[in-house]
Amino acid sequence: MKSLKVKDSEYDIKKAKILKAKMLTSMEKYFEIALPGGESLDHEPGQFVEVSLLGIGEAPISISSSPTKLGSFELVVRNVGKLTAALHKLEAGAEVGIRGPFGKGFPVRILEGNDLLFIAGGLGIVPLRSLINFVIDNRRDFGKVSILLGCKSPKDLLFGNELEQWGKRLDVNFNCTVDNADPDWKGNVGLITKLIPGIDLDPERTFGVVCGPPIMYKFVIKELVKKKIPDRQVLVSLERHMKCGLGKCGHCQINGVYCCQDGPVFSYDRIKNIPEAL
Amino acid sequence: MEQYFVLKKKSFNDFVSTMAKKQKVVAPIEKGNNQYAFEEVKSGDEIATGYIPTILPPKKYFMPQNETIAKFDISSGQNMEPVVEYEKMTIFGVRTCDLAGIQCLNMVFSDRPRDLNYLIRKNEITIVGFECNDYCDEYASCRLVHNHTPNGGYDLFFTDLGDKFIVHVNTLAGEEIIGQSNVFEKASDQDIKMLNILRTKKREIFAKNEVPIEHENIPGLFDKSYNSKVWEELEKKCVACGNCTNVCPSCYCFDVVDEPNLDLKTGRRSRKWDSCQHETFAKVAGGESFREERGARQRHRYFRKFKYPMDKFSRFFCTGCGRCSRTCMAGINLKETLTVLVEEHGMKNPNAGEVRIG
Repeated sequence: MKSLKVKDSEYDIKKAKILKAKMLTSMEKYFEIALPGGESLDHEPGQFVEVSLLGIGEAPISISSSPTKLGSFELVVRNVGKLTAALHKLEAGAEVGIRGPFGKGFPVRILEGNDLLFIAGGLGIVPLRSLINFVIDNRRDFGKVSILLGCKSPKDLLFGNELEQWGKRLDVNFNCTVDNADPDWKGNVGLITKLIPGIDLDPERTFGVVCGPPIMYKFVIKELVKKKIPDRQVLVSLERHMKCGLGKCGHCQINGVYCCQDGPVFSYDRIKNIPEAL
Repeated sequence: MEQYFVLKKKSFNDFVSTMAKKQKVVAPIEKGNNQYAFEEVKSGDEIATGYIPTILPPKKYFMPQNETIAKFDISSGQNMEPVVEYEKMTIFGVRTCDLAGIQCLNMVFSDRPRDLNYLIRKNEITIVGFECNDYCDEYASCRLVHNHTPNGGYDLFFTDLGDKFIVHVNTLAGEEIIGQSNVFEKASDQDIKMLNILRTKKREIFAKNEVPIEHENIPGLFDKSYNSKVWEELEKKCVACGNCTNVCPSCYCFDVVDEPNLDLKTGRRSRKWDSCQHETFAKVAGGESFREERGARQRHRYFRKFKYPMDKFSRFFCTGCGRCSRTCMAGINLKETLTVLVEEHGMKNPNAGEVRIG
């Protein structure tokens, strides 16, 4: 058996450097990462990268920063597996391997000129933030922007300062709810679906952009349909185990589609007849 | 002009040993208990005659069970070198079902983004096909998926004509093998006639599908079958061992695993066969498993053979080899499953095929 170096292998990694690392909650850690030579990641909001630590493995992680942020990109990683546990031990200066970006992100060109209703549950804010910040950085290209954010308790809120900024902006309608409040909490309490009926929207020109745990989708989509938003204007980002990112390994397959190549962003119109999707 | 040669059976040994001197030759050898396996051979008498589909299909050479895709050294950062492992070889004795399996893999791995490891390796492999003059056993369903006769995908193709083989030359690589030894003669008109007679006879042997449905109605059957009761039956039987996908010539799902050496600095990133039949296959780190039930995983396997590839590549990924049924410890049988579906949806057509479950 011969072994030959392969040029242009899809499995090749870029040696990237962690510029900043910070715990956001007890479970989630933030990383700012730069590719060698300041090369741009050149991603679309909603895409993901494969993060490697050689000897430990590789895992798909959503890109959390907007492509308008140049020179580096951001990831937020929950400590749930072998690779993410190892990542949590890393600080600024450490190296990681990066492949990607992969997949189909949010269709930003199509969204332009329309009203946007963002609905994020729990960690769903991490990939959604790439689009929210993109929209904020190109604010005049979009119509009304509303953000609904839900999570378990106030201590689980990610990007606290940024949320505050979104809340202060006059051109963004920001609303947050928690399942379990603590005594200092002044916001809403209860499920995110409760916030949807009260939103004033024009269904013809509104795109609902949803990201959250699997259980959330069915209920949120139901509410959006009640609001008469057309199915093709409801966008979701699905979570699967995108092992190779190349549409081959099979782990992320949802019936006939590969989440890593055909998604992770899908319109509800596209997936409503794919039984394994939601 | 199609090129045919003949090889007398008494010269078969000479042919194989000449070929084996030039490069590695693998062929089916007998392992006992009516089991066969592709292994390296040096002469013709090692090769089994009348073999049924081998335990593992030739997929193991195109997509090794455990393949190094990169070597790494982390003593000074995340340094990795992607590699491909390959070997020049000739696979002798590939049945038409397995030729179809290789064609399926070719489609998948040359579909963009292309898989260079597979494509480089494939270019080093010469394929010598071998015709089945009759059914191997009752598990095969090659007629149903039109793989009982050759559909290309080989360099040379052997057909047994009794005291000699007639050999179809399909490629330049095939022609080179013919040229390597002086044991081949140009086929005469009589030889071609014998081949035609054999093929006519085969049309009688393989007259009907192995499942009572027309080939062209299978996609329609699967369009209706997602919520069939048959998956609940398979749920009760399946033990989720993954044997069916391992032995399948067109199953290609894999896992990627890092294996550090004892120095904990160097090591390899490898790609290993994986199976959608395992509970963990569609699980994400957060704990959610997207195909939790065995019935749903079996359905996924069937749909990956008869429905999804039809939509994407316009071909079935079931090659009809029968390996999944032959190897299943729980007795799940592909012909039976399809027959239940056909009957459930009132699509049974006794003129199209008959069930011959042994």
